[in-house]
Amino acid sequence: MTATVEAPAPHEPRPAAPGFRTPRRDAAALARAGAWARRAPLLPALLFVIVVTQVPFVITIVVSFISWNSLYPNDVAFGGVSNYVAVFTDANMRGSVVTTIALTVTVVLVSLVLGLVVALLLDRKFLGRGIVRTIMIAPFLVVPVAAALIWKHALYNPEYGLFNGALTWFTGLFGLPAPQPDWITNNPLMAVEAALIWQWTPFMMLILLAGLQSRPLDVIEAARVDGASSWQLFRYMTLPHMRRYLELAALLGSIYIVQNFDAVFTITSGGLGTANLPYTIYQQFFQAHDYGAASAAGVVVVIGTIAIATFALRSVSTLLKEENR
Amino acid sequence: MSAPTLDRPTGTPSTTRGRPRSLRASAPGMTAGRSIGSRARGGVLGLVAWIVGLAFFAPVAWMVLTSFHSETDAATNPPSLFAPLTLDGYANFFGANSGASPWPPLINSASASVVSTLLVLCLALPAAYALSIRPVEKWSDVMFFFLSTKMLPMVAGLLPIYLIASRIGALDSIGLLIVLYTSMNLPIAVWMMRSFLSEIPVEILEAAALDGASLLSIFRRVIIPISGPGLAATALICFIFSWNELLFASVLTSTKAFTAPVFLTSFVTSQGLFLAQVCAAAVAVSFPVLVAGFAAQDKLVQGLSLGAVK
Repeated sequence: MTATVEAPAPHEPRPAAPGFRTPRRDAAALARAGAWARRAPLLPALLFVIVVTQVPFVITIVVSFISWNSLYPNDVAFGGVSNYVAVFTDANMRGSVVTTIALTVTVVLVSLVLGLVVALLLDRKFLGRGIVRTIMIAPFLVVPVAAALIWKHALYNPEYGLFNGALTWFTGLFGLPAPQPDWITNNPLMAVEAALIWQWTPFMMLILLAGLQSRPLDVIEAARVDGASSWQLFRYMTLPHMRRYLELAALLGSIYIVQNFDAVFTITSGGLGTANLPYTIYQQFFQAHDYGAASAAGVVVVIGTIAIATFALRSVSTLLKEENR
Repeated sequence: MSAPTLDRPTGTPSTTRGRPRSLRASAPGMTAGRSIGSRARGGVLGLVAWIVGLAFFAPVAWMVLTSFHSETDAATNPPSLFAPLTLDGYANFFGANSGASPWPPLINSASASVVSTLLVLCLALPAAYALSIRPVEKWSDVMFFFLSTKMLPMVAGLLPIYLIASRIGALDSIGLLIVLYTSMNLPIAVWMMRSFLSEIPVEILEAAALDGASLLSIFRRVIIPISGPGLAATALICFIFSWNELLFASVLTSTKAFTAPVFLTSFVTSQGLFLAQVCAAAVAVSFPVLVAGFAAQDKLVQGLSLGAVK
């Protein structure tokens, strides 16, 4: 349906006035004017994005090669790759690279699997399916800082949090003393990850559910009539169809989670080995005032994201191509 | 215009009624016993879906419930589910007792989000037109440029933006946040709007052009009415992302232009009995996003996947 919209001939005959024999030079000028008339609506948005997102990044690259600590304004000098050496030799920085990878991979994989399970459950008809789908989205719609605050204070708190409260209630049924773990101190990184998985599973679920509902049902029914088992249907029909959707969900999810700042800042304040790169950059910038090292770390984040993004772009572009079939 | 939307599943039970699930029951050779067995299994799976859904919803429900409890009832162990309800948490949050009123940050957040969303719409609608209905040459390259800016982590631009803003005296101003949030959401909006505009049947646009309609009236009479729901969803998603933003707001604002998420960070350290107030704060700040998100529910997935999934 969209094919006709997507692929009009690049030069429609419309602009050329009919019945006239225009000299060739005029025709070329007209075509050029037509091309600019097409571009004109695009330019404000394009310029805005280039100025506000690309220019600062170029400055970041420049600053990353300068030794610049704003506490010592007289010692600004060209530093070569020393800031990059610092990023990879400084224990804090190296730790935050590892933390970023662990955090992103764990959150993306777990919420992807959970999201797939929930999407499979919601793909079936059952009583109140619309309600369950709606309440499933709610975690994603709580403001990230607010969600992190709730997990920190209302759920994890060792004295009055819901987790330990539920433990007390449950063991109380058997008259036993309840273990009261300090969730954040015992497993700081897992505490951050759990809160993020809770927020991102609905995101994965929405994309995967849309994928499930776009399956060619007639083919699946035919296979079912031919005696394929539920597992065979899932393994050989659903999963191959879902591959692109799983990729898309994973890659979009990683782009957002690599950049996560709110949960780390709120739940652990970057302590106990949970500082990821965005938090470390924030800290370098705000507390250490080391502009050079913060910029170098920023460039490292970008290179890491580009690695993911290359795959993301490829996966999105196949979807775009299929749309234009 | 209902034809293209008919096959788009929204997940609500009413739209899935037409799916040929019933085929299974009429398949030859199916015994009654197996059909009953599969129905029972379906019931169990429905129950599992409810349990999982409620488990994910539980923290939200707990947040809302606790926000209506008194501070003493909120901090009991085991939790007191049926404690009397009170508005004290909200009264405390809105500054009845303490001096810090959340209204300035809430108003800052609202103006930064609303103005930047309007700006995004004004810039993205023409751009989407130039990328779908009358596309420029190499339109897909432009699309991927927009997308790639989204993959540049925002934190990487933080320092230059801070330095430039402090040089031109734009620190701690809502205008700066509006510019940044517009650039943050513009790529998403262009992708979403392009996918909505390319759903408009080309015949309608051609007919309007043949009738001599000007570009402006094609926008007003054809494009905006047909893709209205999509444009509204785009606006709501941009609003949500701006409203939620913390990093830029916390670095670039201080006392005047600080937003609601920055205000929430004052609750990061725990101090005495204040759980009900924290929950009230979380509910109050999340409320606009929950409303916007549920309003945009049917288009949420298309927006979050940048229009790649319908």
